[in-house]
Amino acid sequence: MLKVGFTGALRSSVNGHAQVDAQASTIRELLSGLVQRYPDLAEHVDQGIAVALDGEIYRDDWSKPIPDGSAVFLLPRIQGG
Amino acid sequence: MSHDTSYTKQKFKLIGSRVNRPDGIDKVTGRARYGADASAPGQLVGKVLRSPHAHALIKKIDTTKAEKLPGVKAVITSADMPDLTGGNRSMLDILENCMARGRALYDGHAVAAVAAVDEQTARQALKLIKVTYKRLPHVTDVDKAMLPGAPVIHDWVFTSGVDPKPEKASNVVQRNQFGHGDVEAGFAEADVIVEKTFKTEQTHQGYIEPHACLATVGPDGHGDLWVTTQGHFHFRQVCAALIGMDVAKLKVTSSEIGGGFGGKTHVWMEPVALVLAREANRPVKLVMSREEVFKATGPTSSTSVDVKIGAKKNGTITAAAAELRYQGGAFPGIWGMLGAMTSFACYDLKNVQSVGYDVICNRPKVAAYRAPSAPMAAFGIESTMDLVAEEIGMDPVKFRIKNAAKEGTQASYGPVYGPIGIGPTLKAAQNHPHMKAKLRKNQGRGMACGFWFNFGGQTCTDLNIGVDGTVSLAVGTVDVGGSRASLGLIAAEELGIEYEQVKVHIADTASLGHNDTTEGSRGTFSSGMATIFAARDAKDELCQRAAKMWDIPVSAVAWKEGKAVAKGKRHNNLAPLTLKEIAAKSPNTGGPIAGHNEVVADGAGVSFASHICDVEVDPETGATKVIRYTVVQDAGKAIHPDYVEGQFQGGAAQGIGWALNEEYIYGDDGLLQNAGFLDYRIPVCSDLPFIDTEILEIPNPNHPYGIRGVGETSIVPPLAAIGNAVSNAVGVRMTHVPMSPPRILKALDEAGV
Repeated sequence: MLKVGFTGALRSSVNGHAQVDAQASTIRELLSGLVQRYPDLAEHVDQGIAVALDGEIYRDDWSKPIPDGSAVFLLPRIQGG
Repeated sequence: MSHDTSYTKQKFKLIGSRVNRPDGIDKVTGRARYGADASAPGQLVGKVLRSPHAHALIKKIDTTKAEKLPGVKAVITSADMPDLTGGNRSMLDILENCMARGRALYDGHAVAAVAAVDEQTARQALKLIKVTYKRLPHVTDVDKAMLPGAPVIHDWVFTSGVDPKPEKASNVVQRNQFGHGDVEAGFAEADVIVEKTFKTEQTHQGYIEPHACLATVGPDGHGDLWVTTQGHFHFRQVCAALIGMDVAKLKVTSSEIGGGFGGKTHVWMEPVALVLAREANRPVKLVMSREEVFKATGPTSSTSVDVKIGAKKNGTITAAAAELRYQGGAFPGIWGMLGAMTSFACYDLKNVQSVGYDVICNRPKVAAYRAPSAPMAAFGIESTMDLVAEEIGMDPVKFRIKNAAKEGTQASYGPVYGPIGIGPTLKAAQNHPHMKAKLRKNQGRGMACGFWFNFGGQTCTDLNIGVDGTVSLAVGTVDVGGSRASLGLIAAEELGIEYEQVKVHIADTASLGHNDTTEGSRGTFSSGMATIFAARDAKDELCQRAAKMWDIPVSAVAWKEGKAVAKGKRHNNLAPLTLKEIAAKSPNTGGPIAGHNEVVADGAGVSFASHICDVEVDPETGATKVIRYTVVQDAGKAIHPDYVEGQFQGGAAQGIGWALNEEYIYGDDGLLQNAGFLDYRIPVCSDLPFIDTEILEIPNPNHPYGIRGVGETSIVPPLAAIGNAVSNAVGVRMTHVPMSPPRILKALDEAGV
């Protein structure tokens, strides 16, 4: 079981929860499961989303395995210069 | 194919050496070809007509006279750039920014464009286009734009991130809140609380090379675009989508780039050049003037930031809060959100809250500028950190060290940190000789910390070995800061050959798979990763060829120190084969030898820096001179230390200009008053001291060589470090950037000094 945290505008798309429980072994599984539960999240996922696993930010690699017990945070996608 | 990206503590022979830069001779002899250096037979000159108003309805555009002018081959308006975005609002915003659609949204917004046989005819044609405007109320200040009753720029913008959802449109695009704990309870525990409001003015990246491109589109729907850009693959995708071309039929080639710093991650006039070329059926060259660069490309936000920090007398921060209001120009952006995310990222805080607002104004669309949004947030937070340290009587460096984030800290923007470098950079700053140097009258010292995320992304490389044993490495990340040298070193290190045997090219979009833009400090991190794996792919092939040459099984061949060696008692009498020897025989062992890799390079690792600055302020004129500056930053592994130091120094130099001089000045009429380098003054060599650097190497666990990006973080601390230094020099807290002479004199007057 994973505890998934939400920050910024993402929080309002999951009914205001700061954290939800989820079961997933990869980022892809995590995002598809969350979108099923919280359809408003789909727009953010389409626009681009970043997933922090134990402090490391992953923007694109949805096949990344999520070890059980990882600290998971969903973040808005960032831009750089 | 997936590869293990873990850091392996590999011992290096070449990595870390300061080899000659491969583009040096081209650049000093003028052979390097920048955006404006391309030409094509029959090319036309493109020019853009821009709005003279801050906000205006475009009632009519009459192009008849311009079209009839001899030598004019095309005249276009938004009618020639139909909306093909299929309801994608952010793409429509890009299109509308390239060419106004019914309304001019800022001074300099494009309203029409021409292509003509020469510059004079093109200019004359612009004068013959008659635009009938009806001026509308405008707003250029971020705080004023948020007020009820401010002119609402878009009737389709309803603030997101607030509950309940607003029923009225406003200029506030979104509200984003980050943090954890209970800030009110934390402030109640504090012995000292400091609250302050800070402002920063809008600045431009100030790259020396203006935007320029050469566009060709034939009647068969095939096109070419030569352009100065940080991301030619991104430009291809956006341009093709906006003007209705097939992606594969548009080849984009990136020129040598004369600076970008985030400003060349977005398209501004390239779709216009392509449409002109299509209309005229002739190549069109479009080069912006400096005035156009200032008025119609993407500077960074102006901001207004409230900070509140509470601490115990022992130096423990009990709570920290900030509200950050970022002006994003005429279209929605995420700059306030990024400011809120980065604001307190350096610190280990039990109770923290940052709220970012993204606000629309009648100014050019804001673009990324090197660690976008972080410097302005750091100015507010790091200035307040000094004020709190002063209140509790603690050394500001010790105060920061006491509260610094570390492995296991929950970042203010959410995640828990792995191994990070803020503590080591602070310790190195504390122990640096600069900290102990004596100051004289009217001089002051300041320091500040900075954070940036860094990221990786989609990347691919091709490595081809010629029959003479030289290596051609094709990469898709534009070289904005020396990545060709770094990637050449990496390829040579992996293959075990000399650096001089490798030539690195930036491939065009038709020659390589998609590569994300060079932004987010990703160039050397991600293309470095792909180069390592492409080289290893090539080494596998080299072993195969050696096995054929020896007529032994490939399982009996290994690659060691740049040579194929035969393993085992049966074969160890065979002399090793060098890369050159294997390459020479390649036509008869299977043809060309190459390595290839595609990777999504994630796990870039966050980046921290600490800066120290000494200034001298003339109390009569308010003029500030930076007399000493030191940058300490974690580079992961410095592949080519000269370039790493260059990035540190470049960020500091830009930050010095931002802190002391640079600002967009708008009149009450909403028009930009200083769109040129004479009135918008970036620092030149004589304004700057030698910028000292200290590279820390804390390996990134997610990269085989331990690389972290280094390009952006160095611009985060300077505003605050200089702000603290100036405040210490004059004895008055400076809260408004730039700290130009008039602003310093005003602050001294108001404080009665």
